[in-house]
Amino acid sequence: MFAGEIRVPINSDQDIVLARQKGKTLAADAGFSPVDCTLVATAISELARNIVSYAKKGEIALQLVRDSRRSGILIIASDDGPGIADLRLALRDGFSTSGSLGLGLPGVRRLVDEFQISSSAGQGTVVKVTKWRLDHREK
Amino acid sequence: MANRQNPPRKPLERELGQPEIPRNEAPPELLRELVAHLRQNRTQLREEWLRRISETRLLTAMTKEEIFAEATSVYDSYVEALETGTFEALQAYARNLSERIIPRGVETHEVIGIVLLLRDVLARSLFAKYQADFEKLNRILDAYEPAANRIANTVAVGFVQERERVIRQQQEAIRELSTPVLQVRERLLILPIIGVIDPQRARQLTEQLLRGIRTNRAKVVVIDITGVAAMDVTVANHLVQTVEASRLLGATVIVTGLSPEIAQTLVTIGVDLGKMNTVGDLQGGIEQAEKLLGYKVVPVSEPR
Amino acid sequence: MHLEVPILKQGEFLIATIQAALSDADLEHLRLALVQRVVRFRSRAVIVDVTAMDVMDSFASRTLREIALMIRLRGAETVIVGIQPEVAFAMVQLGLTLEGVGTALDLEEGLAYLNQKFKTIN
Repeated sequence: MFAGEIRVPINSDQDIVLARQKGKTLAADAGFSPVDCTLVATAISELARNIVSYAKKGEIALQLVRDSRRSGILIIASDDGPGIADLRLALRDGFSTSGSLGLGLPGVRRLVDEFQISSSAGQGTVVKVTKWRLDHREK
Repeated sequence: MANRQNPPRKPLERELGQPEIPRNEAPPELLRELVAHLRQNRTQLREEWLRRISETRLLTAMTKEEIFAEATSVYDSYVEALETGTFEALQAYARNLSERIIPRGVETHEVIGIVLLLRDVLARSLFAKYQADFEKLNRILDAYEPAANRIANTVAVGFVQERERVIRQQQEAIRELSTPVLQVRERLLILPIIGVIDPQRARQLTEQLLRGIRTNRAKVVVIDITGVAAMDVTVANHLVQTVEASRLLGATVIVTGLSPEIAQTLVTIGVDLGKMNTVGDLQGGIEQAEKLLGYKVVPVSEPR
Repeated sequence: MHLEVPILKQGEFLIATIQAALSDADLEHLRLALVQRVVRFRSRAVIVDVTAMDVMDSFASRTLREIALMIRLRGAETVIVGIQPEVAFAMVQLGLTLEGVGTALDLEEGLAYLNQKFKTIN
């Protein structure tokens, strides 16, 4: 069983597809349900897309994690781009069908279980999200 | 030459709810001696343990042969955990064992009981062996006790977690059964929701419905929430998302039984009720659904 | 490497079948190709089959809406078919609703929808 980290450099829009495919495979191998695999892949796609759009280049790192009761996937999207000046604004969840303007971070947050972001103007951005899989054996 | 140098610390794995048990500074030779003793006397110690298990009438759900087989594995895992100081293999084994014995009706107190019995049987044998050398006995026990407690803990927690997992699985099965997606007519699905919905159930309902739309090729879905007393903002959002996701699969959703309170919640989260297809009651909803399905009568719903 | 999306002409309709894993550039290319063909063949509608798309993100969603918009400017209708249940679920979590674009379960339904629509108009 995979124990290390997968790192995907993000430099172009093709890397977005690569990163999300790797994420999807990793989730599937780790036993996530088909729905959750799609959620993971979609979250990676959006995070990678933000990197391409705003920072031009960065990295997506994928890792399997465990706590005492369950296993999960940790996704770390990082870049040295311009950073987000107003995090609160970027994270404000209108809870409406906005059609996804801007960074779409509230949307990504809904796809995952844990969401953590650090960023400030000129300092780059690191987004860490975790999706847990309850230890269900196959139904 | 006995060295009082501290042995390298092994990383302590923290498990939820487990108190941290400090590894004693037992010299490695002592541990080796302890483990060797337990291995050498494996057969009789195991026999003693099995005798005690049947005396205390534990594991009555299992046959003697089964108990013997499991006892051997438990004994060996126990000694190995003592030897290596790591508990992952033991944890995995405990889970595995639990998966096998829970369906047999073995209960938590029995599992804890037999592990504690083993701990006691081994402790007594240490007493017997080192009774002449009180000081050494103390040091051996210093090495043995924390590890033995940790082992008991690990096995018990592993068992309990497996039980919890089974219970969760059963609960989910019940949830799924209690909210069936009904195919009433061709291309029409009805989803009656009753009772309290928490976000987890709401999500499950959405997934079930979407799969149902695909399987049944439904063009119209009637979601009846007459039986839902109240809805918080999170669940109301799930409802909206369900409507939108259904549309992506080409199905129109009609929501029936919307109470004034729930309507208010929806408005609060910014839903334009004018755009949501709502009808007073389930019957009315089904009638409207049939109208929508009768292509010849009314044009098929337009994209918004 | 450039993935060409196959576009079939079926009477007055065009059917584009998207394979999985299209890059942004491929999607842009598809948009251009569809508009060109709608003009060339004077198509009345375009069906975009996304059955093989296992992830739909904000860019894909936006591009599909732009396709629908541009094609409507040419007087034609767009229907997206084949969105998988898991993909639909993820999309609405992200707030992607394909507002303003027609949707149907699959190719068969999409064709039925269009035939019905154009029959009532005629």
